[in-house]
Amino acid sequence: MKVSLFVTCLIDIFQTDVGLDTVELLEKLGCEVDFPEKQTCCGQPAYNSGYVDKAKESMKHMIKVFEHSDYVVTPSGSCGTMFREYPHIFKGDPEWEERAKKLADKTYELTQFIVDVLGVEDVGAKLNGTATYHTSCHMTRLLGVTEAPMKLLSNVEGLEMKPLPHNYNCCGFGGTFSVKMTSISEQMVDEKVQSVEDSGAHILIGADCGCLMNIGGRIDRKEKPIKVMHIASVLNSRS
Amino acid sequence: MAMKIGDKPFKERVSDGIDDKFMRGAVSSAQGRFRSGRLNAAEELGNWEDWRKLGEEIRSHTIENLDYYLELLSENVTKRGGHVFFAETAEEANDYITNVVKQKNGKKVVKSKSMVTEEINMNEALEKAGCEVIESDLGEWILQVDDHDPPSHIVTPALHKNKEQIRDVFRDKLGYDKTEKPEELALFAREKLREEFLQADIGITGCNFAIAESGTISLVTNEGNARMVTTIPKTQITVMGMERIVPTWEEMEVLVSLLTRAAVGQKLTSYITALTGPKQEGEVDGPEEFHLVVVDNGRSKILGTAFQSILHCIRCAACINVCPVYRHVGGHSYGSIYPGPVGAVLSPLLGGYEEYKELPYASTLCAACTEACPVKIPLHEHLLRHRQEIVEKEGKAPVFENLSMKAFSMGTASPAMYNIGSKLAPTALGAFAKDDKISDGPGPLKNWTEIRDFPAPKKDRFRDLYKKRKKERGE
Repeated sequence: MKVSLFVTCLIDIFQTDVGLDTVELLEKLGCEVDFPEKQTCCGQPAYNSGYVDKAKESMKHMIKVFEHSDYVVTPSGSCGTMFREYPHIFKGDPEWEERAKKLADKTYELTQFIVDVLGVEDVGAKLNGTATYHTSCHMTRLLGVTEAPMKLLSNVEGLEMKPLPHNYNCCGFGGTFSVKMTSISEQMVDEKVQSVEDSGAHILIGADCGCLMNIGGRIDRKEKPIKVMHIASVLNSRS
Repeated sequence: MAMKIGDKPFKERVSDGIDDKFMRGAVSSAQGRFRSGRLNAAEELGNWEDWRKLGEEIRSHTIENLDYYLELLSENVTKRGGHVFFAETAEEANDYITNVVKQKNGKKVVKSKSMVTEEINMNEALEKAGCEVIESDLGEWILQVDDHDPPSHIVTPALHKNKEQIRDVFRDKLGYDKTEKPEELALFAREKLREEFLQADIGITGCNFAIAESGTISLVTNEGNARMVTTIPKTQITVMGMERIVPTWEEMEVLVSLLTRAAVGQKLTSYITALTGPKQEGEVDGPEEFHLVVVDNGRSKILGTAFQSILHCIRCAACINVCPVYRHVGGHSYGSIYPGPVGAVLSPLLGGYEEYKELPYASTLCAACTEACPVKIPLHEHLLRHRQEIVEKEGKAPVFENLSMKAFSMGTASPAMYNIGSKLAPTALGAFAKDDKISDGPGPLKNWTEIRDFPAPKKDRFRDLYKKRKKERGE
């Protein structure tokens, strides 16, 4: 199966390992992965700040970049949600609506793709430790992916999963919210870090780099003994 | 009290809210109770998503045909001997209400809970006209006794106070000498309020749903105070926002069912009161005179715009009860009697961006509100729409942000520009990085690193590593 990787700008620049883990994982599962080099960003930072016209320029670019892909897979629930939103954003646009819909229809978040398209629930991963999973808001509420990551994680050998108390709470990232409303964001991320501690887990797993940078950044600042891992890296672990 | 509450700027209000540890504890525990109550009630009803869809259809149909249903309502109220007044503005509504009270030589008004009367500042208008106005909803009464402390929630207005604080308010203002036990506090309030009911000349209510086909107004309460307000005084005035209407009793049943479950997790509230006009011949109870005041106050300007579905709101506060921002800053931080997600959408529409432009940004767009709304209003999308209006139509975006978004657009719409920009990142930020982390970042990163670390950009981007990998594998 041919899969185009949409790596997201955060992973491209800051979390390169997550990108490599995603490629390796998909290859282990028998996919032929390509990386369309002209890809940039889904446009969400501008879109969510109200700069819809400016965001549309990035969106059009991304539609063109992935036009010939069979499947587009991304290790980010939020960026995947953004691609799925494109038809809604270009609604009524004679040139772009249809093209946006084609991209949306073939876009999948990584765990969603593995479980729903490949039909795999055990990727053969091994990782020793006690972990909890952060259900990111866009991925669960807007993309509707709730079961897939839990199914995959429950089959990781050696990994004990603990429930995260109040897992429905937002971590306080919210893109530019994190820097525009820092004081509110701080309360929210502290609440999340507290929940992670209360879970008793030593590893926090998530499927969105934005949330993980936020929670992880706060964990580092407070010097908490909790390791933060992207789900792609967990599923690609073999020891 | 009008829609706007407090004079402090947004940042100060937020910081006051965050510092009020007690209020935050009260809000957080109330949110927890409301949340589980709503989920249990929804599960018990079954097919919650189908009910929400039905609720959405009813609201959407009604608001699409609002002129028709308002006319029908007006005809039916008039047929039963009631008076209907359409007020375009708050002033018009207050003038009409004050005139009715004056004509009746009313000295004492008792009220049941109503957000729209807060919005138009009706109490103050009546007090200026020499009238005493008594709130009879327990929460509203506590706030009134406490020197008109503003409501911080649309369903449970005194959510920010606990029983000890309420005891102190009663003690300091009314000479209460018992404990903070809720039963004792409630009994005290009941005795005080009973005297007021018996002396009142005029009863004023809000309206949960007006039923167009019969000219009925319905009220949903847990205290029964709305029944006292509408049976003892000889004159009743009901004030409603123009969108608070349903076509028939059948839709009223569906919406009440959604409202009580979504608001407080109850199958039904203790009292659901439906009143059709003044007392008819042969009837024992009810007012001799009935006035219905239908308030526009900016609502019709929302009709026909992309924000129309905010008029579907049935004021259940489910969105407020799940909002993490509300949990941490409290209702007063919003500076409006309409707080939380619904307030952040509605307040700028009714009160203007000048006053409320920060509210649409006080959200992570986590969509918990949209998910909780029993009539499926896409609240987080409306918040986004506000941001778009502020940036693209009002031109009110900060200069620096505008420039960075221009740069963002250039950098992401062109692969060449992205390539240069992302390659430069490690060099630009390198000086601030230590052990792969930035703890005191420049420019927009400053706010981020005030509270958290930021990862230093990697020397090789993923795309460089991917290329290397491909080469090594001879692909």
